[in-house]
Amino acid sequence: MKRNIIALVTGLLFGFGLAVSHMVEPGKVLAFLDVAGNWDPSLLLVMAGGVTVTLVAYRLIRGRTAPLFAPQFYLPTRSALDRPLVVGAGIFGVGWGIAGYCPGPGIAALGLGTWEAPVFVAALAAGSLVYKWLSEGGLRSAPGAAPQR
Amino acid sequence: MENFTPASALIGGVLMGASAAILLWFNGRIAGISGIFNGLLNPQRGETAWRALFVVGLVAGAALYALLHPAGYTPRTGFSPALLVLGGFLVGFGTRMSGGCTSGHGICGLGRLSPRSFTATAVFLLTGAATVFVVRHVIGIQP
Repeated sequence: MKRNIIALVTGLLFGFGLAVSHMVEPGKVLAFLDVAGNWDPSLLLVMAGGVTVTLVAYRLIRGRTAPLFAPQFYLPTRSALDRPLVVGAGIFGVGWGIAGYCPGPGIAALGLGTWEAPVFVAALAAGSLVYKWLSEGGLRSAPGAAPQR
Repeated sequence: MENFTPASALIGGVLMGASAAILLWFNGRIAGISGIFNGLLNPQRGETAWRALFVVGLVAGAALYALLHPAGYTPRTGFSPALLVLGGFLVGFGTRMSGGCTSGHGICGLGRLSPRSFTATAVFLLTGAATVFVVRHVIGIQP
């Protein structure tokens, strides 16, 4: 129960922050990525503001053995700079540059009444599920085909 | 750079960083939106409620801001649905493949000084900028 309240409140804070920073407006994001056009560096400051807080917070939290409301920290364990990381990030960037939404703003925009958000989120879910399917064997019908990870 | 909005960008960024810090401090979780969303697409026991509530909060948070400050949000008009679907699909595919997006790799991973996140962030910024260059300045679509 306590954990669910934290999840709701942090979601609210994140969505509010996205809207405050105008990152829910794809034109604003595309103007940042358009370095050869009328460049708008706002997204850089959004990242700077966010990372400054997480840098300090993680230093403070790191010394704790467990979070306040949960038995353990659930942190990523992979450390390899492997092909899925690089290729996946590359594909993500291409989609981001086409649509102007990354997952956070695309989902948050569902609360703004634009037709774009539900279309984007449906396509987002489809892309994610197709990758999962392919990585688990996908089209290769041969039994025992090794999942990618 | 007349569209540069440094104050709202910094304030919004700090709010997102605070959200990520609280989620980690209290629940031990990374505020990576693609990861939270993917966990809803393939639900596992005990992993659904908090993710669903985070997403509800995310949507409600943006709605709340628009309600309090209607002039603060300008929707895009006339964008191609086909491009939106293509872009959305690639974002979903790529973020699942690389295990994170602008929030998980960007805001959270950079704060954790994760080499994977530095790599991913550099790559998606690069391909994002290259894509916008091609779409706007080579093909000549100005969405």
